[in-house]
Amino acid sequence: MEINLIEPFWLAVIGTSLFAFLLKILGHSIPKKWLSNPRALKINSLIPIALLSALVAVQSFTQDSRIVADQRLAGVGVAVMALILRAPFPVVVISAAATSAALFHIG
Amino acid sequence: MALPHRGYLGQNAPVSRVNRATAAQSLSVSLTVGAYGIAFGAASVAAGSCLLSLLTFTGASQFAVVGVLGAGGSALSGIATATLLGVRNTLYGLRMAPVLNVRGIKKIFAAQLTIDESTGVALSQEHLGVREARQGFWLTGIGVYIFWNLFTLAGALGAQAMGNPAAWGLDAAVPAAFLGLLWPRLTNKSERLLAVAACALALAMTPYFVPGVPIIATALLAVIFGLRARIWR
Repeated sequence: MEINLIEPFWLAVIGTSLFAFLLKILGHSIPKKWLSNPRALKINSLIPIALLSALVAVQSFTQDSRIVADQRLAGVGVAVMALILRAPFPVVVISAAATSAALFHIG
Repeated sequence: MALPHRGYLGQNAPVSRVNRATAAQSLSVSLTVGAYGIAFGAASVAAGSCLLSLLTFTGASQFAVVGVLGAGGSALSGIATATLLGVRNTLYGLRMAPVLNVRGIKKIFAAQLTIDESTGVALSQEHLGVREARQGFWLTGIGVYIFWNLFTLAGALGAQAMGNPAAWGLDAAVPAAFLGLLWPRLTNKSERLLAVAACALALAMTPYFVPGVPIIATALLAVIFGLRARIWR
């Protein structure tokens, strides 16, 4: 198979990969001293909490930029209950998957 | 020169074993997220999917670029959308760099493996120690890389029998996994409030902004919470 870089698709594949890597390496290349004061350390420790929380919300409640409530919501709801009951991690994930899949097949 | 004391049968030797709980956590996440690769493999032409999983290796950006081009968008808009979704990896890198403390070729690999999953597991293991956080990062990064690429290949080769990830509950399993990583980390009121506020802000922004922006925007909440903690202390 021939990969023609002039074709938009392959250009997009290579461009996306290049920028994805540049963004990743950028985070690892910021001088340590910039992040060493207590305020920066505090913010730096909170950022992934905010991003991962937002990620959970977006993955659970949205579809193509719309807010939706579907089988995923029930699955994640069951995961929350499992977490409150201090269930082990695989139980949390599998109970969410089973609930969501069951509703998907019924619905 | 005296040899370092090793004790009987070397029990006092430096411990370099992998923490079992960390390894189990990493494997669970790698398999759950990796399995989603089937859907990605089926989302575009085979070679394109496989190349994106190998090189781009950040799921949201990969789905975005094939989505935009599949819908007739230009290469530039595909790259722009995907790149916006990749910005959060920069912020993860900022957080992981001091934990990993690597340079040279290791830094290149660490960067490529810096994604939601590796960062999430590293943070979930941090209370056990920096060694466990590092192990969590590397095991999850490598684990997701392997499974994501294998499942992408399977999807690309036409494992259509697996079909829609929703049929297997994977669409709920992935957010549940991130929630499971995050939940035990939310140890004080301010962190819990931040998590809830981030969910609310991202959802409120979703209908009005291009994908990627609502998630990155919540970093501002982290800045506000970080500054507030200092003012109120």
